[in-house]
Amino acid sequence: MTTVATKLPATLQSTRDDRFPVEEIRGDFPILQRMVHGKKLVYLDNAATSQKPRAVIDALSRYYEQSNANIHRGVHFLSEHATEEYEAARKKVQAFLNARDSSEIIFVRGATEGINLVAQTFGRTQAGQGDEILITAMEHHSNIVPWQMLCEQNGARLRVAPINDRGELLLEEFQKLINPKTKIVAVSHVSNALGTINPVRQIIEIAHRHKVPVLVDGAQAVPHLAVDVQALDCDFYVFSGHKTYGPTGIGVLYGKAALLDAMPPYQGGGDMISSVTFEKTLYNKLPYKFEAGTPHVEGVIGLGAAIDYLNGLGIDNVAAHEHALLTYATQAVTEIPGLRLIGTAKEKAGVLSFVMEGIHPHDIGTILDQQGIAIRTGHHCAQPIMQRFGIPATARASFGLYNTKEEVDALVEGIQKVREVFT
Amino acid sequence: MSDLRDLYQDVILEHSKAPRNYRELPAANHKAEGFNPLCGDHFTLYVNMEGDSIGDISFVGSGCAISKASASMMTQSLKGKTKEEAEKLFQQFHKLVTGEADGNQDDLGKLAVFSGVSEFPVRVKCATLAWHTLKAALEGKQEAVSTE
Repeated sequence: MTTVATKLPATLQSTRDDRFPVEEIRGDFPILQRMVHGKKLVYLDNAATSQKPRAVIDALSRYYEQSNANIHRGVHFLSEHATEEYEAARKKVQAFLNARDSSEIIFVRGATEGINLVAQTFGRTQAGQGDEILITAMEHHSNIVPWQMLCEQNGARLRVAPINDRGELLLEEFQKLINPKTKIVAVSHVSNALGTINPVRQIIEIAHRHKVPVLVDGAQAVPHLAVDVQALDCDFYVFSGHKTYGPTGIGVLYGKAALLDAMPPYQGGGDMISSVTFEKTLYNKLPYKFEAGTPHVEGVIGLGAAIDYLNGLGIDNVAAHEHALLTYATQAVTEIPGLRLIGTAKEKAGVLSFVMEGIHPHDIGTILDQQGIAIRTGHHCAQPIMQRFGIPATARASFGLYNTKEEVDALVEGIQKVREVFT
Repeated sequence: MSDLRDLYQDVILEHSKAPRNYRELPAANHKAEGFNPLCGDHFTLYVNMEGDSIGDISFVGSGCAISKASASMMTQSLKGKTKEEAEKLFQQFHKLVTGEADGNQDDLGKLAVFSGVSEFPVRVKCATLAWHTLKAALEGKQEAVSTE
């Protein structure tokens, strides 16, 4: 673990912030040392997934070397030990999101599964024929398709609040779309394709005035900014471990206890019951009611390690570092002729989506890759956004806590190379 | 950067900027749509068969330099060819871009510039999208083809 208080030599202080010694922090991430196509890896695809610090990688191996056992059922030492670690991670998540109680933290496979869970339990029982589900025009497919599936099953209707040309939600339009038929609002905290930070606090306030509960998709927010579910007063909040410097296959659904209690279970199986007979099954209490089967134990423990790591750095320091990078990068790429940013909201986090005159994003991606620079190209699982901006795809550089200004410079140089190839 | 030049040969760049036979063909008796869902590439291919040979062929749509140039050069090389010849050419082209060229690639002519694609496996789908769409058009399939 990096000691954040470490003082850097005075000569380095002009370019490095000593509250956030990024060069040292990079040392915590083994993969950043590797070469790609003979070049130093410049990893700018953090919105797709983040790299893992040594602390997380070690937690996973330590689990298998020291703790592996099934949880919640064994009387033997290892089972108790694994259960303790698993439940300790739940408490870490609770504290990280500032949830009122750890039973409000449900472990799922990722943000996607969290949304599907809410759609198929809360949604299925609450949104019937003619009812409405309200989302925004900047949602990831994972916050569109589960609701469409629900609409198909129940005869409900999906409504979409529009955005402006900068990629900002039109709050007034959003407000107009809420009506007595609206049963749930589902909105991203930060847009994966545009980087827009939505005014979720305001959105929730508006929805609650109409007694409509709100699900917030925090997949792109939790790694980048402090989230307090009680301050937001959101009803559900989901995020993915792998975008938060933790393992893949693990994510979190936060839900207010009263709502979770009233919801039917999502999947049936072991661990989610308190008693089973062929005549009647009694479901377990929260959070276990929603965690059927042997869970992703090492994933949960790895996520706990990732949260420890983030807490060690301070999420506010991470946010400040990434904000400085984004400002620097936005300035730098704006000067490149023929480049147009997609997503220029006033409030943005970590994402630089762009298109280039006469050059398809896919070609940008290949040419940058040859220089060791990893970005994402395509529709970013947000095809309606592409349609909104009248483009087939974008190139997207997205920042993580270990990225540097030098890497932004490499990106800019790489984009110049793209222009050279195409002129 | 030599690898990149293998992929983005001048002929390919030139075709991507000024694609040939880039127009709708309302009178075409065969038509198909092709998608690459991963990157959003989308082409519509028009083929007008005269007897057993391709009388006219054209395309419209959007895609990367590789997929656009491939579509453009495909239409150029197929005019006047029979369905059977077109299928044989696709087989040869497929082998070329997947790095399995077996020495029987003589018929490809100018299309040989796509040999560099074999070093970029993720771009094979871009180079073959138009060809898959052609196959669907000639087989008269109504549904859109996808590279996935």
